[in-house]
Amino acid sequence: MSFIEDTITALATPPGFGAISVIRVSGEASIAAVDNIFIGKRKLSVAKSHTVHYGKIFNSDEMIDDVLVTIFKAPNSYTGEDSVEISTHGNPLIAKTILELLTKNNVRLAEPGEFTKRAFLNNRLDLSQAEAVADVISSHTEASLRGARNQLNGLLSLKVDELRSLLLNAASFVELELDFAEEDVEFIGKKDLLARIDNILAEINTLLSTYSFGRILRDGVNVALVGVPNVGKSSLLNYLLKESRAIVSEIPGTTRDIIREEVSIDGFLFKLFDTAGLRFSKDPVELEGINRSREAIQSADIVLFINDVEQDFDQLLYNDVLKLNKKSKIITLLNKIDKGYKGDKKYDLTLSALTGEGIDILLKSLKNSALINSNYSEKTAVVSNLRHYQCLTKCQEDLSKARESTSNNMSGEFISVDLRNAINSLGEIIGEVTSEDVLNNIFTKFCIGK
Amino acid sequence: MKYDVLVIGGGHAGLEAAHAAAVMGCFTALVTMDKHAVGRMSCNPAIGGTAKGHLVREVDALGGIMGKLADKTGIQFRMLNKSKGPAVWSPRCQSDRKLYSEAAFELISSTPNLEIIEDSVIEIIAEGNIIKGVRTSRENEIQCTTLVLSSGTFLNGLMHTGLKSTQGGRFGELPSIGITESLHKLGFESARLKTGTPPRLKKSSIHFDDLEYQPGDQNPQPFSHFTDRSNFPFLDQVPCHITYTDREVHKILEKGFKESPMFTGIIKGTGPRYCPSIEDKIVRFADKERHQLFLEPEGLDSDLIYVNGFSTSLPANIQIEALHKIKGLEDCELVRPGYAVEYDFFPPQQVDLTLETKLINGLYFAGQINGTSGYEEAAAQGLVAGINAAAKVKGLPEFVLKRSEAYIGVLIDDLVVKSTEEPYRMFTSRAEHRLLLRQDNADRRLFLYGNRYGLIPSDSLEKISEDESLINNSINLFNNLKLHARVVNSFLENKGLSEIDSTETISKLCKRPELSIKEVIGLINDKDPMIGTLLQNEKALEQVEIELKYEGYIKRQYEMVERMEKYESAKIPLTLNYHNVKALSTEGREKLNKVKPRSLGQASRISGVTPSDISILLVYLKN
Repeated sequence: MSFIEDTITALATPPGFGAISVIRVSGEASIAAVDNIFIGKRKLSVAKSHTVHYGKIFNSDEMIDDVLVTIFKAPNSYTGEDSVEISTHGNPLIAKTILELLTKNNVRLAEPGEFTKRAFLNNRLDLSQAEAVADVISSHTEASLRGARNQLNGLLSLKVDELRSLLLNAASFVELELDFAEEDVEFIGKKDLLARIDNILAEINTLLSTYSFGRILRDGVNVALVGVPNVGKSSLLNYLLKESRAIVSEIPGTTRDIIREEVSIDGFLFKLFDTAGLRFSKDPVELEGINRSREAIQSADIVLFINDVEQDFDQLLYNDVLKLNKKSKIITLLNKIDKGYKGDKKYDLTLSALTGEGIDILLKSLKNSALINSNYSEKTAVVSNLRHYQCLTKCQEDLSKARESTSNNMSGEFISVDLRNAINSLGEIIGEVTSEDVLNNIFTKFCIGK
Repeated sequence: MKYDVLVIGGGHAGLEAAHAAAVMGCFTALVTMDKHAVGRMSCNPAIGGTAKGHLVREVDALGGIMGKLADKTGIQFRMLNKSKGPAVWSPRCQSDRKLYSEAAFELISSTPNLEIIEDSVIEIIAEGNIIKGVRTSRENEIQCTTLVLSSGTFLNGLMHTGLKSTQGGRFGELPSIGITESLHKLGFESARLKTGTPPRLKKSSIHFDDLEYQPGDQNPQPFSHFTDRSNFPFLDQVPCHITYTDREVHKILEKGFKESPMFTGIIKGTGPRYCPSIEDKIVRFADKERHQLFLEPEGLDSDLIYVNGFSTSLPANIQIEALHKIKGLEDCELVRPGYAVEYDFFPPQQVDLTLETKLINGLYFAGQINGTSGYEEAAAQGLVAGINAAAKVKGLPEFVLKRSEAYIGVLIDDLVVKSTEEPYRMFTSRAEHRLLLRQDNADRRLFLYGNRYGLIPSDSLEKISEDESLINNSINLFNNLKLHARVVNSFLENKGLSEIDSTETISKLCKRPELSIKEVIGLINDKDPMIGTLLQNEKALEQVEIELKYEGYIKRQYEMVERMEKYESAKIPLTLNYHNVKALSTEGREKLNKVKPRSLGQASRISGVTPSDISILLVYLKN
C-alpha cells in the first residue's frame, strides 16, 4: 500500500500567453489517461520511453489543439514514475481545457512542488537537489536561475562531499591512534591535526560567506528608499518600475504603507521598499507606517538615502538610518537635478526621477553593490538554502570545538566526538550517513594488523 | 532425556553460554569433541586489547567467566592507551594457553546443572520451526528445548599451508561435517570466511637478548570485579619481545607467492583487513620498509613462541627461510607453520538481537558462526545467547542491550544489521557513545542486568548501588562546595598554574587537566564525612573524577543518546512487508526485507538504506 498511487497533472510552464505551454502528467495512470483524449498515429500505450508523438487532443468530438506528446516510462522520468508531457499552443484556454479533460480521466491536479516531492520519494533526487529544484521553480530571474542550477548540478554537493572526505581523513588519523595504538604506524601530531581542522574550517567559512550572496541570488537584494517626505522616493520607484503603483502626491507623508516592488537589473532581482517618513507623528496610521519603515531599513541590503536639490542634507535622518542598520551599504542620492543642480560632493549620485538623467549610473551602482564581497562566478558553490546554511554553521561549531579540544591537548576520543558530529552535519546536507566510513578509510590508508 | 539448554562447541562462546544457562538454573549440557580442549585459544595467547578489553569487562559485569579465567592464568597484564583518556583505556593480558584451558575445564566441570558430553554433532534437528535437538556420531539423538550453536571455525574447516590443504577446524583437530548441510535443509544460508594464524617457534631457539622487550604494567589490574586483588597477579609475569621484518625478508616471502593459496585463488573466503597475513601486508603496502612482529610467550612452562604479525599461509619452507632473516630468529626452529583456515558461517541477518535465529524457534547462534573473530567477541555473544536460551526456558524477558548501554549492544546490533564481508572485530570507534561505555564503569552499567538474570549476586549489586549514591552525592557536593582564593592560590602558584579570582567550586578546579581530584580534595579544610568515605573508596573516587573532568563531553554524549532514542524507540513491526512500501529504493527495500529491523534506528544503520528511505518509513509507519 503505497502513498503514491494516484496520477497528478499541472501546467509546467508559466500561466498566460506564450509560444507553447507544457502540461505534465505523472503517475501510473498517466499514459492511459492521455491516451483517452489523444488521437495520433498509434496508441501511446504501445509507445516506447522517451519518444515524441504528434497528434490531436479531442473533447468528445471537438478538436482542442494540435499537440506534441512526450512519453517517459518509469523509472526513467523526472518523478521516477510513468510520465507524459503535452506541448500545446500557448493559449491559457487550451491548457485549462486539457487539464479539465485530464481530471475527468483519473487524474487530479498536483499540489505545489508535488512533482519534485515524488522525484525525491522515488530517489530520483538527493535532498539538496530536491531543494534546489524547489528553488528553480521559485526563482525569478536569470542569475538566480543560474545559481539554483549550479546547485542542481551538484556544485554544492561536490564541495560538501570534498570537505567531508577531508574530515574523514582527519577523523581517521584520530581514530587510528585510539584503536591501533599498538601498531607500527605514524600517528598524527597536534600541529598537523590543527592545520587540517583549520583548513576545513576556512573552507566552511568561505561557503558560509556565500550565503548572503546565495540568498540574494535566490531571494533578491532588499533595497530601502529613505528620505524626508517629498524628495521624490516614490517618483524614483515609479521610474524604476516604469509604472505607477505608489501614490505620489504633494502632501508630505502619504506613503503610509510600505510599497514593495521587484525589478530585474542584468538578471539580478532587486526588491525595492519605499518607506514612509521616519519623523514623529501622532497619527496612529502614520505611526504604523513609520514602524514598517524602520523594519524595512533594518532588513535592507542597500539603503538609498534620497534628498533633493531644494533641501539641505538631513544629517539627523542619516544618523537614524545608521543606527537602524550598521551593516548595509548606504548610497546617498540627490534627486530633482532637473530643477537646477549646483553640484554637491556630499552625494554619491545625482539624478532626476523626472527626466531619467543619472538613472543608468544608479542601476550600475545597485548591481555593483549586490556583487560586492563575493567572488561569485558560475563555478562557485553557493549556499542559498537556509537548511544548508544551518548544517554548515553546525559543522563550523563542531569543528571549533574539536579545534579547542586539540589545542587543550585533550585525548583523541574527545576530539573525535566533535569531528564525528561535524562529519554528520555535512552528511545531512547531501543525505549521507557515516558509520563504517572512518574504519574503511583507516584500513585503506594504513597497514594495520599484527 | 531432554536438556533445557544444549550448547554445541566448548570454545569461548560455548563456555559462556553453558555456564550462564546452568547458573540460571537450567538443565544444561555442553557438547564438545574433546573435553580437554574447552576454552582453547586457537590463535594468539592473549585476552583483551583495545575494545576487546571492554567486552571482557562487560562479560564479567554480567556474570560471565572470561575475565576470571584470564585473571587466573595471565602472565602479563597491561592497560593499553593509558596515555589517552579513560574511555579508551583497554585491559589486555598474555595468557598461559595451557593453564587457561585447564582452568576453563575445571570451572565448567564444577558448575552445577552442567554436563559435558564428549561427542561430535552431525545434524541439527528441528520439527517445523521448532528446535528438537541434535544427532551425534556416537549417540543417536540428544533432545533439548533450546540449542546454542557455537562451533567456531570447525564447520567444514579447511586449513591451508602453501598449496596443501587439510580438513580441520584447528591444528590437529577434525572439522565438523554435517551441521552446515542440515542447516541448509532447514532454510539457512551460509558463506565462507577465512582467517589465519602465524607460525609457532621453539622458545629456546630464539636470541631474545638482541631484541627490544615489552614488560607488563608495574601495577597490574585484573579484568574481573571478583578477582582478589590482594595477591594479584597469581602467576609469574613475563615480557614480550619485538622484532621487525625487512626488505630481504619480503623478497623471500614473494618467492612463495606462486604457491600461496590466497593469491592463486584456492582460498575463496574473505579474510579480515585488520589482521592481514604478512603476504597481504607486503602487497598492499609495498612501500613499507618493515613490519613489526611481537614474540609472545605461549605459557610459563611452554617452549612455544607465537609470532604475532606474521600470520601466513605460504609454504612452510618459505616461512622458515624468511624467519631466519629476521633479527633474533636467525636460528629459530619452526615447531608449527602458520596456516589459513576457511570455515562456514551463517550471515547474521539470520539472527535476531537475542541471537535466536529467525527461522527456528529456540535455536541460537553465537561466535564465529555469526561471522565474528576474536575470543572476546565470541564470549560476549555466547553469554547473550546463553542468557536468552535460559530466559526462554524459564519464561523470563528477552535480554537485549542497547548500543548506548554496552559494547555488547553495539556488537550484536552491528552483526544483525550490517552485512559482514570480513570477520567482524570490535573497535572503540564502532561505539558512537564511546565516552559512556568505559571499561571502568562496566559494573555500574551492567550489574543490574546480571543480577536480574541471576548471574550477579545481590550483595555485589547492593555494593555497587551504594557506590552509585556515593558518586552522585559527592558530585552534587563538589558542584556546590567552593574554595577561597586564599586557600587555593598558594597551592596553584607552587604548581606554576594560573590563580583564581575569588572563589571556585571543587568541580571547576577538578576540570583543570593538571590537577587530580585527590589534590583538590586535599585543599578542603572542613571535610564533610562523605568525603572521608569517598577517599576510602578508590573505585568511586575514580568515577567522580572522570565524571567531573569530562563533564561537558559526557553530557554531549548523553544528549546524542537522547536524540537517537527517538529513532531507536520507533518500533517497526516484524510483519511489515517492505514490498508494499512502493516509494522505497530498490536496494533499500531488499535490505530491509532481509534484515527486518526492529526499529527505525536499526533500519537507518543498514547499508544501502538511504535517509530518504528512512523518511519514507517514518511517514509510512505514522499512517
